[in-house]
Amino acid sequence: MGVARRAGGARRIPNVAERNGSGNGDGSVKGSFKVKAGLAQMLKGGVIMDVVTAEHARIAQEAGACAVMALERVPADIRKEGGVARMSDPDLIKSIMAAVTIPVMAKCRIGHFVEAQILEELGIDYIDESEVLTPADEENHIDKHPFKVPFVCGCRDLGEATRRIAEGAAMIRTKGEAGTGNVVEAVRHARAVNAGIRNLQGMNHAELVHEAKQIGAPVEVLAECQKLGRLPVVNFAAGGIATPADAALMMQLGVDGVFVGSGIFKSEDPLKRAKAIVAATTYFDKPEVLAEVSAGLGKAMHGLEIPTIPKDELLAARGW
Amino acid sequence: MKLRAPLIGVLAMQGAFAEHMRALESAGARTRLVREREDLDGLDGIVLPGGESTTMAMLMERTGLLEPVRDAIQGGLATLATCAGMILLARDITDGMPDQRSLGLLDIGVRRNGYGRQVESFEAPLHIEGLNGKTFPGVFIRAPLVERVGDVHVMAMHDGHPVAVRQGRIVALGFHPELSGDLRLHREFVRLASGSS
Repeated sequence: MGVARRAGGARRIPNVAERNGSGNGDGSVKGSFKVKAGLAQMLKGGVIMDVVTAEHARIAQEAGACAVMALERVPADIRKEGGVARMSDPDLIKSIMAAVTIPVMAKCRIGHFVEAQILEELGIDYIDESEVLTPADEENHIDKHPFKVPFVCGCRDLGEATRRIAEGAAMIRTKGEAGTGNVVEAVRHARAVNAGIRNLQGMNHAELVHEAKQIGAPVEVLAECQKLGRLPVVNFAAGGIATPADAALMMQLGVDGVFVGSGIFKSEDPLKRAKAIVAATTYFDKPEVLAEVSAGLGKAMHGLEIPTIPKDELLAARGW
Repeated sequence: MKLRAPLIGVLAMQGAFAEHMRALESAGARTRLVREREDLDGLDGIVLPGGESTTMAMLMERTGLLEPVRDAIQGGLATLATCAGMILLARDITDGMPDQRSLGLLDIGVRRNGYGRQVESFEAPLHIEGLNGKTFPGVFIRAPLVERVGDVHVMAMHDGHPVAVRQGRIVALGFHPELSGDLRLHREFVRLASGSS
């Protein structure tokens, strides 16, 4: 993987071979953008769950998770304990990869392209360049094009989403406010992306160029959003989803699937709650199913009101 | 007068069902999402899409769809299965979850993620029987590896393994035509569902 080794050092445009993956003689190519974005398409309509042990991972898989996120601490504990949050220990990640057959994701710090190289080397299925960890670079995100492994990145609005896509993100998620069990920020961010895209309809090209400048969006990606009427890659919701109703709310707001972090394993009965959130994500528009699966789940995670969090401890503000 | 377009259901537990809906509609079919038993009524065909096969099988079982879908396919409903859909249909599954449920109607054995993890996912041009002329763009994502074929007809091979098979009115593919932008396989399936091939 010589290509990725050089990934962050020099800020340069990847060449065509890198963008299109590596060939191997019989006309086949690995790591193309199509297969990177394609895995996210296979995750749609599903729930990706944060897990901190192999046992958690097995519970998540049993509950019907379409993927798991391997972590040392869930965001609620990162928030509580403070300190610098980094990539997880490779031994932990490997034990989780060995425990389940569904895709395994892991987080690296924003801009920390070496943590990303390590995760790629481990054979992880998706890298989350995440604001939940302490950023390693306050200007640059990772140049994600040269990697064979796909990346998912967080966003708060359309400008941020399109910047990440231009850097090579093959999947987007709203940031929400991780570790709070409070869905309000995820709703804000999903609505902001929707409004940003709605706003493009009917613009001519000159107006689109002006809009791109206003919101700091690359024109090409924004034009693609205008054409499709949505982001050109899969968009999940994340950050604060704690109940089946939260998951269905985000689905009805138009996201393609949901991440649930602290919400499951910080609750009273994780397996039952996880199964209920999976069902709510599939049957998001069927209130009769939602009513049934929402009943008798035990206590949800306690949760935090956003205004009680000191401004400099808000995770969503990390990344640019 | 033009014949009525066939009605094709797309299993919508989890996965890439919207992509199949678009491709089928472009190929001239009417479509319906299948999430409940009643959604199976009156279908001319069904698509089992890509996604996570464990998630899909679990939701089907939990919602009581596994048996009705099995009965419908066994009763001759035209079926297109892609990737996870192929795993759902396979008689033998290696490297699945210990008690992975499946429909078990297709006489093949598959190894889940048999080509490796995501970094090994690939695109490759395929020569598929019945599509005369140009190769088909095969998109393989954490694809199942077909390790055994029984009484089925192999339509395409890649790297020494079958990647497309047919058994009666079932067509199963290890790759994703719904991501390829090439509608030929969906058109063929719409023809199969309308009873003309």
